[in-house]
Amino acid sequence: MMFQKRVRRFYRRTRFLLGMCGCLLAAGCGHREPPADITIVNGDEPESLDPAIVTAESDMRIVAGLFEGLTRQESVAARPVPGLAERWDISPDGKTYTFHLRPNLAWSTGEPLTAQDVVYSWLRELNPATASDYAGQLYYLKNGEAYNTGKINDPSQVGVHALDPLTVQVELNHPTLFFLDLCAMPLTSVVPRLTIEKYGDQWLNARPLPVSGPYELAYWRLNDRIRLRKNPRYWDAANTRSAIIDFLPVSSPNTALNLYANGQADIVWDKELIPAELVDELLRRPDFHSYPFLGSYFVRFNVTRKPFGDPRVRQALALAVDKEQIVRKILRARGRPTSALVPAGTANYVSPAGLGHDPERARQLLAEAGFPGGKGFPRFEYLFDSGAGGKKLHEEIAIELQQMWHQELGIEMDLRPVETQVFWGMLSRLDFTVARSSWTADYNDANTFLSMFITGDGNNETGWSNARYDELLHQANETVDPAQREKDFQQAESILIHDELPILPLYIYVGVNYFDTNKILGIWENLVDEHPLNTIQKIRP
Amino acid sequence: MYFLRRLLYAVPLLLLISLLAFVLVHLAPGGPFDRERRPASPEIERNIQAKYHLDEPVWKQYGRYLNGIVHGDLGPSLKYRNHSVTDIIAQGLPVSMTLGGIAFCVALAVGVPLGFFTAAQRGRWPDFLGSFLAVLAVCIPSFVLAPALILVVALKLRWLPVALWESPWHMILPSLALGSFFVGQVARILREAMVTAAQSEFVTAARAKGLGETTLLLKHVLRIALLPVISYSGPMLADLLTGSFIVESIFQIPGIGVFLVNSSLNLDYPVIVGLSLLYAVLLISLNLLVDLAYTFLDPRVKYE
Repeated sequence: MMFQKRVRRFYRRTRFLLGMCGCLLAAGCGHREPPADITIVNGDEPESLDPAIVTAESDMRIVAGLFEGLTRQESVAARPVPGLAERWDISPDGKTYTFHLRPNLAWSTGEPLTAQDVVYSWLRELNPATASDYAGQLYYLKNGEAYNTGKINDPSQVGVHALDPLTVQVELNHPTLFFLDLCAMPLTSVVPRLTIEKYGDQWLNARPLPVSGPYELAYWRLNDRIRLRKNPRYWDAANTRSAIIDFLPVSSPNTALNLYANGQADIVWDKELIPAELVDELLRRPDFHSYPFLGSYFVRFNVTRKPFGDPRVRQALALAVDKEQIVRKILRARGRPTSALVPAGTANYVSPAGLGHDPERARQLLAEAGFPGGKGFPRFEYLFDSGAGGKKLHEEIAIELQQMWHQELGIEMDLRPVETQVFWGMLSRLDFTVARSSWTADYNDANTFLSMFITGDGNNETGWSNARYDELLHQANETVDPAQREKDFQQAESILIHDELPILPLYIYVGVNYFDTNKILGIWENLVDEHPLNTIQKIRP
Repeated sequence: MYFLRRLLYAVPLLLLISLLAFVLVHLAPGGPFDRERRPASPEIERNIQAKYHLDEPVWKQYGRYLNGIVHGDLGPSLKYRNHSVTDIIAQGLPVSMTLGGIAFCVALAVGVPLGFFTAAQRGRWPDFLGSFLAVLAVCIPSFVLAPALILVVALKLRWLPVALWESPWHMILPSLALGSFFVGQVARILREAMVTAAQSEFVTAARAKGLGETTLLLKHVLRIALLPVISYSGPMLADLLTGSFIVESIFQIPGIGVFLVNSSLNLDYPVIVGLSLLYAVLLISLNLLVDLAYTFLDPRVKYE
């Protein structure tokens, strides 16, 4: 009897305790929120959502939903179309743009949005105190560079002015043919002055947060979820298709695939988020999509180190590499072999021929450079950033190159894997001999790739300098004639990939995303892999 | 008195830890703002360095950091520039603590009975089976167990969600994946301790007095044998509460464990130092609690 009573009391207590635990758990996560219309797996946790700070493409996709600029990208080909500005006039010399804002523009909080807000946002981007990584994209403005680098302190000398509440006038240093593309990038989008001045670096945590784009920031929970809610005061709100969009910051491809397979996510839209081992198999499914993308993978030579200062050596190394094989063995569906830096498909541009695979000629050139059969060629290191997941690729490519150069040219190379941060540091200090590298387009124009190798550019990172190359690029950016510009760019790229080879192009990226086209509408495959949020909608659960 | 003194000692210890962490992270090669896309001019890099005072000598930066801590400010994150370290901890720690707390309960709720059972059945086949399970739990790493659980329970059977942190259902798989190692550890430690305790003289004496075997095990042996489990619990709890990189990334849980690892890879100086300090504070206080628990459980232990 006693025993039974005790047991019963024990059970009652346990039940009580379990009940308490349940209540606590429910209280902890029970605040019921409406489900999102669309859930998107976006990639790493955003470093920031401040248009002046973001640098990662995945971050920019969210920012573009919150803040809009004078132009915006349309959804199909991601070309610039009127945004906050409804039209613009361009002076005959291509150096002055006069933008006319739409009348009655408003912040999501109701205050009018004027030309002054545009000017403030652009000057904030250039203000040294903002410490924006991408401020260089506004160096095309008159005095933009001088203001950003502290040579002048008076922002009114910078070439952006509000002529009246609806008119913004921009003066450029050169006719910049991709300038309207820049006006659609987050860095030129319009941000709320009063909120920023009040809250400083934490301004995105202010509520309500005034936004200029189609979506408001409902909440931003670190590493958990970012929720955007439709901004009813957006000028084109009538065409915003989904009321609530959630972003999941997932960096593991396996987790992304699991969430998608289990129906917890509708769209996975970053090429890094497909498990590498399953790429070929998955891409055969109708809901997995791949398409050309403006990104290049290449190898950098440090031309300040012997014997890589000799163009014949660099040419020999390039000719010895079978890019087809690298793509076939390692990349498979994730890349396409190339011998050019500028990816095929770039607007108004076709690359000239580069160097193909010709081991015979490679050996000949190496012999001419003084290393017949690789004899006397110093052992060198190949630098790359190592890590799990997508970074395994760099190692696999390194091994393949090591093998090819050894077999075809008889030269020896050691692998030098380092951590990511260390890698970028070593590249920028030219503390390497040969290194892996890549570049994705900031905007759809050959300039975003070619301008890197101008003498002294921060991203040159090869020590290479060629007066003719610099002159051709300068000339191309001075002209308003697209045909002449293309010719100049082609000549320049030919120096880069056919004659001098400070870099060895390997392959062009392929964009990958997955979602069910029977359920989700409003996403198109495009070269810059940008997908404006306002056209995306779910038509079936 | 003894505990007050211990608390006082903790202050210089924490100072030392923060200094070491601060100096070590600054010695690491590379910098937080080394990145793929270099800004267009060196001035931009200088602007960024100046904004976060990285251009100052390290001792000055450390002084600035200590001054911040006194005012309750652990500094900004250099990677997540819209968030402060305090913000990261405030958002992530409760999640990691919930997950760790549940995993801790799992570890004790399964580990203690398992250890007791195997010890009581020593030398018989239930002991072999139980011990085998315990060893298995210790040996299977969470990066194997977690995907296996997801595959079977979430993807095949569709009983539970595959990832995220939204409802009690979302907590089950990660708690199991995180707790399983500790289940095995607790069971093994308890079994070992009980077997040793069962051989001590006071047990023989008690048995001679005619005490039943079950009462003996429960009342006398278990009480002594729990001590090593409790001393193990302190660091175990500190470990669990600060989150697990592997489990949190596989289940996409917004805890602190992911930051602990990623901040080191990103060289996010203030986050590394802040989280090291957090871990130190947890470890010191939990060890203190363990010592307190000893005085209650073991009459032989007294602190002066």
